[in-house]
Amino acid sequence: MAHLEIKQLSKRFGDFMALDNIDSTVDEGEFVVLLGPSGCGKTTLLRAIAGLALQDRGEVWHGGRDISRLPPAQRDYGIVFQSYALFPNLVVGDNVAYGLQSRRSGQSAGAQGVKHRVAAMLELVGLPGTEEKYPAQLSGGQQQRVALARALATSPKLLLLDEPLSALDAIERVRLRSEIRQLQTKLGVTTIMVTHDQEEALSMADRIVVMKGGRIQQMGTPQAVYRTPSNEFVADFIGRGNLLQASAVDGHVFRFGSVHLRSDQTAATHALQRFYLRPEDISLHDISDPTENTFIAKVLKAEFLGSSYLVTLEANLDQDKPLVAQFSSNYLEGRPINPGAMLRVGVPPEQLRAMPSAV
Amino acid sequence: MNLRSAALGSWWPGFLLLLCAAALSIFLMAPLGTLLLGSVVDEQWHWSLSRFAEFAATPGVGEAIWNTLWVAALVTLITVPLAFVYAYAIQRACVPLKGVWRLIGVSALMGPSLIGAISFIQWFGNQGVFKSWLGGYTVYGPIGITMATVYASFPHALMLLVVALATTDGRLYEAADALGASRWRKFMTISLPSAKYGLISACMVVFSYSVSEFGIPKVIGGNFPVLAVEIYIQVVGMHNFGRGAVVALLLLVPVLVAFVADWHVQRKQQSTLTARAVPYVPRPDWRRDAPLLGFCVLVGIVMLSMLGMAVYASLVRFWPYNLELTLDHYIFGLSEAGVLSAYLNSLKIAALTTLVGTPFIFATAYLVDKTHVGPTWLRPAVRAMATLPMGVPGLVLGIGYILFFNAPSNPLNGLYQTLAIMVVANVVHYYTACHLTAMTSLKSIDREFEAVSASLGVSQLTTFRRVTLPICLPAVLEIARYLFINAMTTVSALVFLYSPDTMTASIAILHLDESGDLGSAAAMATLIVLTTLTVSVLYSIATHLLLRRHQVWRGLTR
Repeated sequence: MAHLEIKQLSKRFGDFMALDNIDSTVDEGEFVVLLGPSGCGKTTLLRAIAGLALQDRGEVWHGGRDISRLPPAQRDYGIVFQSYALFPNLVVGDNVAYGLQSRRSGQSAGAQGVKHRVAAMLELVGLPGTEEKYPAQLSGGQQQRVALARALATSPKLLLLDEPLSALDAIERVRLRSEIRQLQTKLGVTTIMVTHDQEEALSMADRIVVMKGGRIQQMGTPQAVYRTPSNEFVADFIGRGNLLQASAVDGHVFRFGSVHLRSDQTAATHALQRFYLRPEDISLHDISDPTENTFIAKVLKAEFLGSSYLVTLEANLDQDKPLVAQFSSNYLEGRPINPGAMLRVGVPPEQLRAMPSAV
Repeated sequence: MNLRSAALGSWWPGFLLLLCAAALSIFLMAPLGTLLLGSVVDEQWHWSLSRFAEFAATPGVGEAIWNTLWVAALVTLITVPLAFVYAYAIQRACVPLKGVWRLIGVSALMGPSLIGAISFIQWFGNQGVFKSWLGGYTVYGPIGITMATVYASFPHALMLLVVALATTDGRLYEAADALGASRWRKFMTISLPSAKYGLISACMVVFSYSVSEFGIPKVIGGNFPVLAVEIYIQVVGMHNFGRGAVVALLLLVPVLVAFVADWHVQRKQQSTLTARAVPYVPRPDWRRDAPLLGFCVLVGIVMLSMLGMAVYASLVRFWPYNLELTLDHYIFGLSEAGVLSAYLNSLKIAALTTLVGTPFIFATAYLVDKTHVGPTWLRPAVRAMATLPMGVPGLVLGIGYILFFNAPSNPLNGLYQTLAIMVVANVVHYYTACHLTAMTSLKSIDREFEAVSASLGVSQLTTFRRVTLPICLPAVLEIARYLFINAMTTVSALVFLYSPDTMTASIAILHLDESGDLGSAAAMATLIVLTTLTVSVLYSIATHLLLRRHQVWRGLTR
């Protein structure tokens, strides 16, 4: 049975549907990321699980226990917020010990035990010996580590992370995200994290739940969500992509404007079909090599991103938007791509993925 | 976005907040309601506008209304520009001794508002040293009222403007410099607009202050009729409570209008200071600094000569004929005359106001901001009731209290004329500023503390004790100081509520002045100023020690 089960959860704020019939499960030890733009309901869902926002309808089960109506104190979780929420007037040691000193079940281990536990937690998050410092004396990343230690000190069965990295600078964010993931794997604590950063979600999650308008758009592994987005929104929100309109010529061949491309997909003749194509799946060919599934395109714009070039292409595909391709710098071997150049680009048949028609 | 709901915490915060709301209803809304009701019924308690008709027919009423309004407008026109330049010198120029000027600027708050009136009489009255300066006009009347009210309301305007001028992004000035803007252009396009809301607030506050001020026109107004004194005559002199209610309503209207207008304007204010803003630091420039310093010195001298004159007058035998120094006014005028008990009453009332008001106001603000149980209307209702007292003049509150608590059918009737009711009136009268101080400090705290505590299984009460209260301690002390000083110096609401046994020092000044004993009045005023000064010094020491001992975490950086 799932460790955490969410059943038909709904919540509305006035006219705004924050959660619309959410059903989901989280397995023990799993790292699940709730991903979506602001206002998609991901934070509301987290707060409902935490008991900080009571749902209008639906149930939350944790470890076989119905916690739907329990106050936060009677649920078993630790939580970390974007703002760190460290108590500024208490030293780091007292912050971490905050939940240990007046524990609900009388499991308090005495002053010595608390001290050891605090030291162990700080060791765990890589800040040994900082007990006597005040939060203001630490960097943002260090403060968030203390907040993590505080949340984990009481050994909760569930860890909730509410945009824990959003307030940090870029370098600290990347460093802490791998640390959090390592720590989570080591402790095996079931974790739910909220973020709007798709890169963060892809790099950290066992499973991603993409949300929009209070509904779940797609649930799956990072690879599945990235490679096979279930709809336009997911495709657009995670990574860059090209949405292409085509009509079937026969069997596997589709007509894009004046270009014919083969796909693994089949459709009835003349049927309209939409395809989804990731920029990095577009390949670069020798200009004089007219193999199947290649065509000539003109470079409109080329952005150098360091490890790759992001290139905007004009081709006779009869689409609303120009084609976006990404070529790795490694592959180009230092040859620059300049606006105005003519290129032969190709699309592997298996990378043209069918999308359901627009709703 | 308020995502929290009943799930956080248990039922007790809702219950406590209901009690707070009930207390505010009884001691604020009920008296005001009675006042409204009292003005629209006749002697037999039938609906009637007869009191208004009767009042309008009274000779001299139109004149009192007109006088009140034009004096208030004149006071506003003088006070706000003076305070603006003074605040500008403190915040935007390189004037030496800024702390000193700031202290002197608010020195008028240390004593009752009457103190200015008494000093102006000493300086410009019939025996005044500078009588000739008035060119034959008498100080008893609009001139005296205007001068004394400007003096008394100056600190209120100054405090608002100092804050308004403190918050400007220095980058704007750098940008203007880079674009080659002149000094005048920078002032007109950056300084003035950024202080706009502060200026509007200051105008409204000074106007309201002048309209509702009672002590000053009573002491220095002579035969010049104004509304505030008219109420006093109707209620205390003629025991005509119904007519008093009508005048009180007339007084309430302009003040409430000013208050609502200000509130409306302030809501539009966007925060001009973002997290990325760089505070403006003025550079020395004698062409700006020298005139401003001169201005500060001039205003400072006038301010100090007001307090100084009151102290001096209390120490000389008979101003201005016999300037021999003596403590007679204290010994015979106060102690032997049995007026000293009034001073002790004031101490008692001020201490009780502080001890009752501070916890009540802070706890209510905490319950409003940090707890989330209870009916949905509860928090907006308490917030509205906490904001209302700012728009209610003390006199109006006082009349409301008489009408409500003096009614024989009221079970709380026993409170009337007791010390308790005077303490409560003070807490209610000065509620808003304290509430806002508490709210500001509570809002500066991370709003997730309660959620974190709950997740750690720590009760909200523990977090209040260990975290919230220590963080808000400076605000709590500030509220305590504010309540004490105001309770010590106030006249307006209490003048309707005291009995001979519960007379306060400030009211005693009124009586001493009425009986022509200006020396003893000055002595009493001096005692009040000494007390508030002592409390202010104690407050400074307490905050200083506290910040050093228990609040090390403030001001720490990496």
